[in-house]
Amino acid sequence: MKQNRFWAWVVFLLGASYFIVPLVATFEFSLRMRRGYYSFDSYASVFSDPNFQATFGYSVLIGIFSILVGIVIVVPAVYFVRLRLPWLRPFMEFFTLLPLIIPAIILVYGYIRLYNSSSIVPFTGSALGTDILLTFAYVTLALPYTYRAVDTGMRTIDVQTLTEAAQIAGANTIQIISQIILPNILVAVLSGAFLTFAIVIGEFTIASLLNRPAFGPYLQNIGANRAYEPAALAIISFIITWGAMGMINVLGRFAPRTSARTD
Amino acid sequence: MTADFLSVSGLTKTYGSNTVVKAVDFAFARGEFISLLGPSGCGKTTILRMIAGFETPSAGTITIDGQDITTLKPNQRQLGMVFQAYALFPNLNVGDNIGFGLKIAGVPREERRARVAEMLKLIGLPGYEQRYPYEMSGGQQQRVALARAIAPRPRMLLLDEPLSALDAKIRVSLREEIRAIQLDLGITTVFVTHDQEEALSISDRVVVMNAGRIEQLGAPHDIYNKPATRFVATFVGQLNNLDVVITDPANKIVTIDGQPLTLPDLPADAGLNANSVLTVRPEVLTIGAREGNDVTLTGTVADVTFLGSVIRVRVALGKNVISLDTFNDQRSTPPRRGESITVSLASKDLLVLAN
Repeated sequence: MKQNRFWAWVVFLLGASYFIVPLVATFEFSLRMRRGYYSFDSYASVFSDPNFQATFGYSVLIGIFSILVGIVIVVPAVYFVRLRLPWLRPFMEFFTLLPLIIPAIILVYGYIRLYNSSSIVPFTGSALGTDILLTFAYVTLALPYTYRAVDTGMRTIDVQTLTEAAQIAGANTIQIISQIILPNILVAVLSGAFLTFAIVIGEFTIASLLNRPAFGPYLQNIGANRAYEPAALAIISFIITWGAMGMINVLGRFAPRTSARTD
Repeated sequence: MTADFLSVSGLTKTYGSNTVVKAVDFAFARGEFISLLGPSGCGKTTILRMIAGFETPSAGTITIDGQDITTLKPNQRQLGMVFQAYALFPNLNVGDNIGFGLKIAGVPREERRARVAEMLKLIGLPGYEQRYPYEMSGGQQQRVALARAIAPRPRMLLLDEPLSALDAKIRVSLREEIRAIQLDLGITTVFVTHDQEEALSISDRVVVMNAGRIEQLGAPHDIYNKPATRFVATFVGQLNNLDVVITDPANKIVTIDGQPLTLPDLPADAGLNANSVLTVRPEVLTIGAREGNDVTLTGTVADVTFLGSVIRVRVALGKNVISLDTFNDQRSTPPRRGESITVSLASKDLLVLAN
């Protein structure tokens, strides 16, 4: 038994070091901006850069809209498939996996071809149009995660009986989704939201090719031109992403509890 | 009572080639407590779901209080329903669960609060407004579900096996509570169950169903004492089947294991020496003679089962083995296996049933 645990620890530490060593090295390097001793100068430099604030703010905004659009599309879709069209589920599983298989570059070239300024729907003809296009692109990129998070959330509640209980009480479909279904899967929806946020914050390809001032292209630009700031930015990005992941765990504790007691 | 408050006519439901409800007709008066009783797959739940609007009938009509509701959506029917799995909204507390229908109907907050308090008092859970469903026992949750169903003053109450998920003691107390509340409010109620004891104990009338059809519709004591078909007799309560030979059709005399007995009635087509089946309830059989019993049969005790207040004795009469129930009299010893025993009954209690 003890023997087994020893080797388990060895394997765990090896695995953990694979992730931790580069991170520690990056962090250590990010502190070396001032020659001779450690300082947070590179972080100060990053935070004081107006481009950092502008691009980060832009990406946060696009991230929020991507989350909202994703919820409006995915929650009713999963709800109706579970309730009325269960035979569609395998197709949904397949289609929502496509963004993982099709590279972002293919997606964005498709968008540019379809929605260029001389097309019927000239999304790329204006900044706002391109922002909308970018939002939809991110909704698509996050679909594999949002769909699965929402689907798992709906699996934990008896969608059909809760729907019927609300219907017989007089509620219509919009009231059922907004007042009963959504609040009961809110934790699952929020975990999908944080995953979407994590994707949007670091995404480079689509934002760059659509020429939007997002955080991803900013990271790339700094990485190509500076020495210590990219390391600081890498650490900041990690903290944001891990913070988002940590929030999913924290929210899991607030999931509505159901019970089927018989006493 | 107004006749035909709830009326169902030619109600049929077909899934592909499978017809689960076959042209069912019934009508009930306002304030009645009706049970749909039958085994799994007999169509009782499908009928309830068609009344609720969750299933669309393949044919037939449903009217409530003179209004044809067949094509109305569930949220337009003004009905209340309690589900087997409670179906309380997990994100809402008890007060908001009970007040949900009122909120949807646009009832002002103060009025809603008063109605919720009134409902909680009715179900014996005053002051539980702030509790969440997961903090309550199954019995309490189902009472809240009942309060939620009746809070908006629905035209009718539908109960879909509401007691099945509860343990035995709670089931009995809650069914009595449901009946008391129903009588108090005078609300027409349709109760679906596969438990005959539940149906017989709280209903004004019982609809016994089998394979999508109504086998019998009547008051509980009629269903039990005068079953219309062999299915009803066997599904509702215990029943003994006796293989008999008709020895004198003119005088309605048959023999069981060579012992003659006269029947109150015989099927018209019964011929001499034909084999027939008689049925008799275990509780009408008595060990030894008893006043009013005109038939005495002799057999051997095959088995004795102790059921608490009742002792069930199985008696072999030749090839026939019949069960009889006798009260557990602590002052006398029950019969023993292998003992010779005399059993008596009143011939009027014998049932000659159509198949």
